[in-house]
Amino acid sequence: MVESRLTRVLLRLGAAATLAFIYVPLGVIVLYAFNESVTQGWPIESFSTKWFSVAFEDEDVREALWLSVQAALGATVLAVLLGTAASLAVARYTFFGRETISFLVILPIALPGIITGLALQATYQNVGISFGLLTIIVGHATFCIVVVYNNAIARLRRLAGSFEEASADLGADSWQTFRYVTFPALRSALLAGALLAFGLSFDEIVVTTFTSGAQQTLPIWIFASLARPAELPIVNVVALFVILISIIPIWVALRLASTPDEEGGARAVGAAAP
Amino acid sequence: MSTVDPELASPVEAGLARRFSTFLHRHPRLRLAGLLAGPVGWLVIAYLGSLFILLLSSLWRTNPFTAEVVHEWTLDNFRNLFERDVFRNVTWRTVKMAGLVTLADAVLAFPIAYYMARVASRRTRNILVVAVLMPLWASYLVKAYAWRTMLANGGVLDWALGPFGIDFPGFSSVGLWLVFTYLWLPFMILPVYAGLERLPSSLLEASADLGAKSFRTFLRVTLPLVFPAVVAGSIFTFSLTLGDYIAPGLITSEQYIGTVIYSIRGQALPAAAAFTFVPITIMLVYLLIARRLRAFEAL
Repeated sequence: MVESRLTRVLLRLGAAATLAFIYVPLGVIVLYAFNESVTQGWPIESFSTKWFSVAFEDEDVREALWLSVQAALGATVLAVLLGTAASLAVARYTFFGRETISFLVILPIALPGIITGLALQATYQNVGISFGLLTIIVGHATFCIVVVYNNAIARLRRLAGSFEEASADLGADSWQTFRYVTFPALRSALLAGALLAFGLSFDEIVVTTFTSGAQQTLPIWIFASLARPAELPIVNVVALFVILISIIPIWVALRLASTPDEEGGARAVGAAAP
Repeated sequence: MSTVDPELASPVEAGLARRFSTFLHRHPRLRLAGLLAGPVGWLVIAYLGSLFILLLSSLWRTNPFTAEVVHEWTLDNFRNLFERDVFRNVTWRTVKMAGLVTLADAVLAFPIAYYMARVASRRTRNILVVAVLMPLWASYLVKAYAWRTMLANGGVLDWALGPFGIDFPGFSSVGLWLVFTYLWLPFMILPVYAGLERLPSSLLEASADLGAKSFRTFLRVTLPLVFPAVVAGSIFTFSLTLGDYIAPGLITSEQYIGTVIYSIRGQALPAAAAFTFVPITIMLVYLLIARRLRAFEAL
């Protein structure tokens, strides 16, 4: 250990301070969800759970929630199919332009969301596609492919190709090898990727604003409601709900993605963050 | 083995599916084409195609009375970017903000990343990695909204700083700088942490053996070696600030690249499309510099 004792104490304090900086705002929103008053003062005078029932009975919130769930499910299914296919191609074959595939998959998340959003909007308008659930799903699937792809390819790189060759030697055809050898090894990585894709899609707003037309997903409902002070108590409850819905799948995904032999699982997940 | 899957038990059944599967096995190029058709088709048509239409749109003009896009070629939208002060001011303000946010994130990320990589026990380190990763994925909008609540008059920040006689200018560019720094901080912590973790202890020990004090070792050995990782993190902090339109809209009334694109896209899609080429160009230049500084190996 090169670091002196004082340095280590200071580093520990610095780390604690940064962690507090990261978590305090999230904690504040959780507390505000239990605020009884309509005004957003601090400190909170009295606590209540009354806004939860108001939020759950709100027709607009329910519709937005349902649309968000549909969009996230659709985007996840597409992302899993396309991401798995791309990862199998890149990990198991050598071909011209292989590096380009990785780049192409990452591009939608590497460029600022406003560019993806405006590009899709311009396309829909010019081609004459009307905005709705489908246009939202297309946008979300485009940037969700990368999270499935990254998880699957990290797993495929660790899984030696010799297992698949052995399976073929034993008489299995391509489908049987995929079904009984490759897929079982990939399963938890794909589940992790799917959960991340769901979480990513569920709370996305930057691209969605451009592709949803008049439809409101839950984040868009929140964004629109911020301008109406009377709605803020409901917004607080919905915000808490959105945090939970996005953090729980991520936590599960992190557990699934990291395997005992390599702690890089978490990093593989982090590398594909929005 | 207790039960054997019937499909496995009779591998030589000659069904149509089996014949197709064998055919695929004999033609690996066909298998590859089948795998690539979906994802590449999707990304090329839906994504690159859209970017291409965005480029085309920037060369069209808008009918000023109907706000409809007229398909006539013109470079006026790009000429306006150079000639109108508003575009230049907004671009400069946004780039300045992105630079300051990146700087703040780099400074904030170092202590926790260093602690995670070189001081914490293995167990604490794994917990911290998850603790930094989780908020990264938690709703961006909710985090921005949380700050809006905290920065408001009579909010958490007023309450915390009031007793010290500090009047924090909540809804201002300083407030926005704080919010951006918060939003993108995990994107900086993770690469810097990975960079510090790869740093061999022997180098630091050698520096100490040669008589360098810890601060000198940090400046002359650690920092230069971890710098590519900082640049890697800065790609995210810089790019995300350049394109953001939600946080500026929530926190200030000042205009940034993102808010301008967002607000003019309805009446003047071609002008908005042309303006997106400013952040795209800036990011391309940034990425080229980052590659020269070996940041890509640290991603």
